[in-house]
Amino acid sequence: MKKPTVELKLPIIPNMELIATQTAEVIARHMHLSEEQSGEISMALIEACINAFEHSKAENNVFIHFLIEENSLVIKVIDQGIGFDKTKVEIPKIENKIGHDERKRGWGLQLIQELMDSVEFESNNEGTTVTMKKNIK
Amino acid sequence: MSDFITSVKEMNGIILIETNGYLNNVGGEEISAICYEKMGLGQTKFLINMAGTKIVNSIGVSILIEIIEKLQEVNGKIGYYNLAPIVSKTFNIMGLTKYSTVFETEELAVNEL
Repeated sequence: MKKPTVELKLPIIPNMELIATQTAEVIARHMHLSEEQSGEISMALIEACINAFEHSKAENNVFIHFLIEENSLVIKVIDQGIGFDKTKVEIPKIENKIGHDERKRGWGLQLIQELMDSVEFESNNEGTTVTMKKNIK
Repeated sequence: MSDFITSVKEMNGIILIETNGYLNNVGGEEISAICYEKMGLGQTKFLINMAGTKIVNSIGVSILIEIIEKLQEVNGKIGYYNLAPIVSKTFNIMGLTKYSTVFETEELAVNEL
């Protein structure tokens, strides 16, 4: 049987990431995930959406696929932007940001990786797909 | 006052700011505008009651890092209380708790900041 899937198409408009989090909360309740896990998924999703909205320079929509699996929730955030090289993204440290000229932003990937059980990035000059997984505890 | 900042008051020399809703870039800028205005008047201690803020993004939280940096220049302090668990966890991951304090309650915050 095909796994249940929820698909969203979000226009690149400020705060549209909140539509994704509301959907994620409904799915998390359906899957009986804990409040803690639900919050982590929402936060990771916000950051993945913001990256897609702001950094990809995508002009159209961002697509989000929620794949409800037996033991996990898989979320794909897909943009059709310019892509990025993950090896060139530095791990942010607050010690390097406070008292230095370094920009204070740049936490998105770090948060996603800390909050989800696994994260994969596929990126080229035609777009980026971030695949995040949260295992059911 | 805005939809996001619902209250600003002073208690024992501390500026208490109450927020409601999503802490994004707009909310962060609203907090920083109040802090910088009050710092211009000589205030150096700030507490943010985040009971009404269940969700944040890293851009909004990055603006709090900017405030921490500015407060360091005047030996000031900032703290937060009534945080949702995911907000607290986000502050930990981003390292805010190394430079500012999360309190459980307003009473503890006002007494210990």
